[in-house]
Amino acid sequence: MIQALAFYLFATIVIVSAALTITARNPVHAVLWLILAFFNAAGLMVLVGAEFIAMLLVIVYVGAVAVLFLFVVMMLNIDFAELRAGFVRYAALGAVLAIGLAAEIMVAFGAWSAGKIELARRAAPTPETVPNIEAIGMLLYTRYLFVFEGAGLVLLVAMIGAIVLTHRDRTGSRKQNIARQNARRPQDATRNTQPTVGGGIDL
Amino acid sequence: MTSFFTYRFGLPFGWAWFLATLMDILLIALPVMLAVAMLIYADRKIWASMALRRGPNVVGPLGLLQSFADGLKVFLQETIVPAAANKALFLIAPIITFTVALIVWAVVPFDARAALADINVGLLYVLAASSLGVYGIILAGWASNSKYPFFSAIRAAAQMVSYEVAIGFVLISIVMWAGSFNLTTIVEAQKSVMGTPVNGFFLNPLLFPMAVVFFISSLAETQRAPFDLAEAESELVAGYQTEYSSMAFALYWLGEYANVILMCALNATLFWGGYLPPLDIPILYAVPGILWLFIKILLFFFVFSWVKATVPRYRYDQLMRLGWKIFLPLSLFWVFLVSGFLMLTRVGVPS
Repeated sequence: MIQALAFYLFATIVIVSAALTITARNPVHAVLWLILAFFNAAGLMVLVGAEFIAMLLVIVYVGAVAVLFLFVVMMLNIDFAELRAGFVRYAALGAVLAIGLAAEIMVAFGAWSAGKIELARRAAPTPETVPNIEAIGMLLYTRYLFVFEGAGLVLLVAMIGAIVLTHRDRTGSRKQNIARQNARRPQDATRNTQPTVGGGIDL
Repeated sequence: MTSFFTYRFGLPFGWAWFLATLMDILLIALPVMLAVAMLIYADRKIWASMALRRGPNVVGPLGLLQSFADGLKVFLQETIVPAAANKALFLIAPIITFTVALIVWAVVPFDARAALADINVGLLYVLAASSLGVYGIILAGWASNSKYPFFSAIRAAAQMVSYEVAIGFVLISIVMWAGSFNLTTIVEAQKSVMGTPVNGFFLNPLLFPMAVVFFISSLAETQRAPFDLAEAESELVAGYQTEYSSMAFALYWLGEYANVILMCALNATLFWGGYLPPLDIPILYAVPGILWLFIKILLFFFVFSWVKATVPRYRYDQLMRLGWKIFLPLSLFWVFLVSGFLMLTRVGVPS
């Protein structure tokens, strides 16, 4: 009973907030609705027993990706009237995309109603007692090790690429060298002198 | 407690579970709120003694009721929403901060088998919830529609995101050593570390540097001095709280302190043995684990206020330098070190 209630609660909020993401007039509100949708999708994943993926969804999408979105939208002051102006131009493309997505959903539903996927009959069913972090880890670091490391390499290259693209050498800036500042002692910087009257000191 | 409701009142399991969970949540949330009130008082007293002042001493005996008087005052004030503010988000932001500070308590183990939700992904849940904390601040800064809160929100968000990376790596080295994401298992793994009768990962020379990094990062994560740049009064008035008044302001105040207690609890749980007694001596286990946890939380809280009373504020670029150039490489290197050590000692190197 509680599962069913929780499912309908999460599912309704996901759908409503996804719809509001598209229709919201204020871009910041749109991002916030998107975050709510992510968050409730994580709730749905917890319900099906994929708690690891759910937590990763919250940490990665809600905690990092959406924060970046929010930053960009807040700082860029996007003019929505101007964006709307292109509506007619892109309407055809949008319609094609929408039809494609709808067809995919229909195919998925058709496959699902043709017969349930029997999880127990997979080649290597996950034992009930193994938490799904361990199950994923075992597969990821044994069978799919090279694919996994390949994915890591792609991300590394992407990161270095982003740094190279945005890096600029600033020559004029004077950087603080904390080690040198800490190593500086009074006797290096000051000196006691006994200048004669009218003699002054040599610098 | 579920069984209590089932047998005592003859409720079906679902309802009994629901009621029991509700009771448990209240059992955790209400004492946390009370603790926040008392710790604000303690904080002020500690700073006062360090500055050779008396601190709050007028309301109630020894000033003990000061926080409640402040709470009442704030409650009776008018909530002012600036005309240019985004009204809904302006009011939701403090609620988010406060809620996020409370939800993490669900996984903190108060004793063996005494956590509200003893889940497998406990530590990931902590990370997920603490990554939500940024939203309360960003939204406050943006919704206030005012310059200082916005600057402060950007600072705070950048700071929290930066230190979360280091915290994540520190947690990974702990997880590897304990072999689990479950907080109770992590605490149990700290029993008599390295064959000594001391409970707590801090004794482990491989994990001690991570305990230090985690402590400093938790200061930064809770926006406490010396990392309280988001509320640097000499540059940003009161930071993201500038436009807030009355209960909304009080919610920030409560949320901030609830976060501080939470970080103290996490420090205690992850590195200093949590609910275990400090020494692995049978007679010490007679004291309930929750008391040991409270003592550790209070000790950490004292260190938090000690730092706040004595350490001058960082400059913003120094703060970012510490996070990205020192803590991140250090903790990343430590993940390699710990995993390498564990490969050698526990798993064995395949020839």
